[in-house]
This record gives sequence, C-alpha cells and structure tokens, in this order.
Amino acid sequence: MSFVPGEPVTAVVQRIEIHKLRQGENLILGFSIGGGIDQDPGQNPFSEDKTDKGIYVTRVTPGGPAEVADLRMGDKIMQVNGWDMTMVTHDQARKRLTKKNEDVVRLLVTRKGLENAVRNAMM
Amino acid sequence: MDNESQYSGYSYKSSHSRSSRKHRDRRDRHRSKSRDSSSRGDKSVTIQAPGEPLLDTESTRGDERDDNWGETTTVVTGTSEHSVSNEDLTRASKELEDSSPLECRRFAGPALSGALGLFALLTPLAFLLLPQLLWREQLEPCGVPCEGLYVSLAFKLLVLALSSWALFLRPPRATLPRLFVFRGLLMALLFLFVASYWLFYGVRVLEPRERDYRGIVGYAASLVDALLFIQYLALVLLEIRQLQPAFCLKVVRTTDGASRFYNVGHLSIQRAAVWVLDQYYSDFPVYNPALLNLPKSILSKKMSGFKVYSLGEENSTNNSTGQSRAMIAAAARRRDNSHNEYYYEEAEMERRIRKRKARLVVAVEEAFTHIKRLQEDEPAASSPKHPREVMDPREAAQAIFAPMARAMQKYLRTTRQQPYHSMESIIAHLQFCITHNMTPKAFLERYLTTGPTLQYQRENGRGRQWTLVSEEPVTSALRQGQVFSLRRLDFALVVTVTTLPFLNLGEEFIDPKSHKFVMRLQSETSV
Repeated sequence: MSFVPGEPVTAVVQRIEIHKLRQGENLILGFSIGGGIDQDPGQNPFSEDKTDKGIYVTRVTPGGPAEVADLRMGDKIMQVNGWDMTMVTHDQARKRLTKKNEDVVRLLVTRKGLENAVRNAMM
Repeated sequence: MDNESQYSGYSYKSSHSRSSRKHRDRRDRHRSKSRDSSSRGDKSVTIQAPGEPLLDTESTRGDERDDNWGETTTVVTGTSEHSVSNEDLTRASKELEDSSPLECRRFAGPALSGALGLFALLTPLAFLLLPQLLWREQLEPCGVPCEGLYVSLAFKLLVLALSSWALFLRPPRATLPRLFVFRGLLMALLFLFVASYWLFYGVRVLEPRERDYRGIVGYAASLVDALLFIQYLALVLLEIRQLQPAFCLKVVRTTDGASRFYNVGHLSIQRAAVWVLDQYYSDFPVYNPALLNLPKSILSKKMSGFKVYSLGEENSTNNSTGQSRAMIAAAARRRDNSHNEYYYEEAEMERRIRKRKARLVVAVEEAFTHIKRLQEDEPAASSPKHPREVMDPREAAQAIFAPMARAMQKYLRTTRQQPYHSMESIIAHLQFCITHNMTPKAFLERYLTTGPTLQYQRENGRGRQWTLVSEEPVTSALRQGQVFSLRRLDFALVVTVTTLPFLNLGEEFIDPKSHKFVMRLQSETSV
C-alpha cells in the first residue's frame, strides 16, 4: 500500500457490502473511521506507511452490520459506492458513508495480507 | 618527637584498607630492588620536622627525593639528602628576583610628562601676567571683552587641570621595555605646541612690548583651546582606542596548560602584554610545581626502559643506534601497561584527597561550634560556676585551631599546597573569618579550591619581573597570527593572537500576531 505521488495506486481489494441498520432516526453502519487528508497521519496505528492519509477503520462494533459483512479493524477503505476515499478529508469521508438515501454501501477495502493471500491462492 | 612518629604511623595505616595495602606491598615487591621505601612517597616518609608541624619544607624535599632515582641515571639533579632543602633555596632566590629594585627609572617617564604638563598648564597664566608685570603702564586698558575672556580662560584651565588629574595622574603600573609610542607622540606634540607658542610670544609680544592687551589675552585663550584639544587627542589615543574589542588572545601557561581567552582592542604588543598580565594575576590558578610530576610509579617504569649507557667509542655508533632503537622498541612495547597504572594511581589519589577533605570539613565544622559571638546585651559572666572568658578574635582563632590542625595539615600535604599556607597564615585567615561571621565552608573555600595567583602574593611594592619574548618589535600593533610569550623564571605564558570574526548581522521581523498554532488532528468518527 505504498503511495508514490503522481503514480496510480494499485492494491488488492476486497468487496464488502454493508446493509445499514436503522436505529431510531439514524442509519448506522457499526464502525468508526479515522484518517483523512486533513488529519495527522503519524498517529494512525493501522497504517504501514506513516504518511498514508487514507481512511482507516478504527473500530468495529461487535454484532453490528459491519462485523456481519466481515469488515475488520485496520482496513483501509479505498472506495465507497464508487466514490474514491484515498484523497478525501475526514468530513467528506463521513458524509459519503452516511448518506441518508442509501441503504447499502459497497466498500472496496484493502488490508495487509490480502496480497499474500491472493498470491498464495494463485500458485 | 611525639608528633612525627604518631603521624607517620597513622598515615601509613589510616587511609587505606588492609587489603589494598597488602596489594600495594605485593606490587612494590615486584619492582626492581633498587627501589627503596622512599618510592612510596608521602605514605612512609619519615619527617624530621624540628619545629611547627605545618612548615613542611621537609616533606616536599621528601617528594623531590623520590624523583631522584640517583643510581640509575647519569643526570645530576640539584637535590641530595644532605643539601639545604631545595625548596628553601629556590624560594629565597625567587624572592630576590621577584622584587625588582625600587628604581628611579620607573618614575622617570611619568615625572617628565608631569613636568611638561604642568608647564603647559601654567603657560597661559604666564602669558597673561608677564605684560602686566613688565610694562603695565603702557598697556591699553581693556574692559568687558577681556573680562569675558578671563572667565572662560579660568574655567577652561580648571577643566584641564581636573581632567589631567583624573586621567593621567596615576601611579604607573608597569615599565614597558620600549618607548610607549602614543605617549611619546603626545609629549612631543605638546612640547612642540608650547614651544612654538612661547617662541611666537617671545618674538611678537615680549620684544616689541606689544600694547594691545586684548590680543594677548586672546592669544592665551587660543593656547588653552589647543591644550584642550591635545588632551582630547590623548584621551582617545591612550584610553579609548583599545576599548572596542578586535582581537582574541589565547594565553596558555607552559607548565600545566592552564589557558584563558581574552578579548582586547587595538594595542601594541607591549601594552597587550601588560594587559594580559593584569588578567593573569586574577584569573589563572596559582602555579604549583609540586602538582606537575606524574606519579613516581609510572615515571619510573617508563624511564627504566630508556637506560642508555654511552660507551664512549666512535666506532660503536652503529651499535649504539641499533641498541637505542632496540631500547625504544622494547620500551614502546612495555609502555602498554603504564596507562593502566596511571589510571589507577590517579583514581587512588583522588580518593585519598576526597577522604582527607571529608575529614577536614568535619573537623572544621566541629571546631566552629566551639565558639560563638558574644551578644551585646548578654552579661559577660552568666553564672559564677561557669565563667566564660571573653576573647578577642585572635585568641578565639588560636583556641579553635588546635582540633582542626591535624586534619588541615594532612589535607594540605595531600594536595601539595603546604608551601602556600603557613600555620601563621591559617590562623590569621581563621581570625578574619571569625570576625566576619563566616561559616566553616567560607573559611575552607580558600583551601579547597586553588585560588588565583594574586591570592598568594605577599604585600610587596617592588613588583614582579617578566620578560617579553617576541619575534617582532614590541611596539608594533597586534596582528592576526602573532605569537609572543611572557617568560618568568620557571614558567612562561604563550599568547596567540587571532582576530575576532567579522559579524554579518541580518534582520528578520516577526509580527507578534503571527504566532498561531493548530492542534494535530486525529479524529475518529463512528458511522
């Protein structure tokens, strides 16, 4: 997941589909995000490269829709419903995830070990 | 005497544990047989001090005797066990050479310049008075303008006199080897001025008996103005020019490497030398020759490798060089251990000093608790059973000196300071401290730290003899890279001159409102 400025980013991603749960008035997804281009990347405990300003999953509530959909802590979210998440501010990321008229969000996430798993599977 | 035997026994057993003493004994036995017990230094030297236990010339002689490993060298040292103590001799000769005789030459220069200055001051008065005395009747009377000139003349003369007294009438602090260029220049200028004014006066006023008195007064006033300007010139050249720092002088003492850096302005070499010596007396720690020698164990080991016996044959030169080379190689290989010895010897010396210092501090603190200052309102005799005798500081000092005497003596001997402090001087210092209500720590400050040289000088109006050694004429100005040295009998100060760097000072303006900060963000949002 190393990022070279100006070069396209390539990563092995996993598709995760989360169905939002209705709790009262709100539609919740059941996880927390951290990161963004306006945040301090050095404090991110999950990133390999400490200059990576992407959006990371910091917490997954147990039993929530995200855990059901196999989202794990430490995942980096690359796309939400087709919208790019690698170069967004924290607030923009939050907004993209919490659109009120969407019931389902389809994420592309990447994590450590995915690349190895794919390679092992191919051999 | 009772003191000595007790002392030497005590010192041998006291400051070292049994095991270390045994170890040291073992080490000693390994050394060459020519080493006798005197190589053990101050631990086992037998002191035959006849009188006061603190005048320890004999002990330093003992130390010097240790360096004199007579039978293994062909060098003749000045010390032998039967001579008068070398320390005494050098001290006596040093005293003789220390004080330069009170020569009249020291005051010749200032006296001459003083006479010239006085003459110059009195000249305007003479200019005014001579016509009045000689041809008063023929002078034209002159009214108000003359009186105005009189007043201004009087005040200017007063200012001249006061400033001359303030600036120039000081006892000279040093005799310079060569002419002091600026002062000579100024004296010559002054003399020229005054002489030319007198010449003009003599030819144009005295001869024809000039009758215009106002002109004469104006002439005298112009002389006073000129004198004021010469004094301004003298002030700038002699006092002010060297104030702005331009050079950095590094002063290193040759014997023990004590060094300091000083900033001076534009001076000639001899004036800079005087200035450096002024600072030397108050900045440099006193030169203690006893502290210079490496511990004897190290030196002896190193030196014993260099035993070269000259055989006295011409055709054995090849042999001798080969032999010496072999000696040096063997010594180089053997030298590998001496740093080890040096390290341990140094560590032990330090430990010894610290132990003795601790004993001394405790002894002094205890001694100081024995006396206290008598308050004004306390009755002198508090009770008939315990009459307290009232003592003056001298007696009080003598009373409390006894318990601390031994600890003090041992400490001074360990730090090789005993030539500088006689018993009399210690008691005098104690009396001084008691009088001024000093604490024991303040009393000990003088002995625990080596003070500047000035602290140990005796009151002496005779002065000190220094020799300025320089490759360039001593009246030339300081320049980058010059080196000169100030030599005395047994050590020298080497002074190196470097210019201070030119400073390029830039400017950066910071708006006080521009100091703004943001927190480093690290938010976590749950979705």
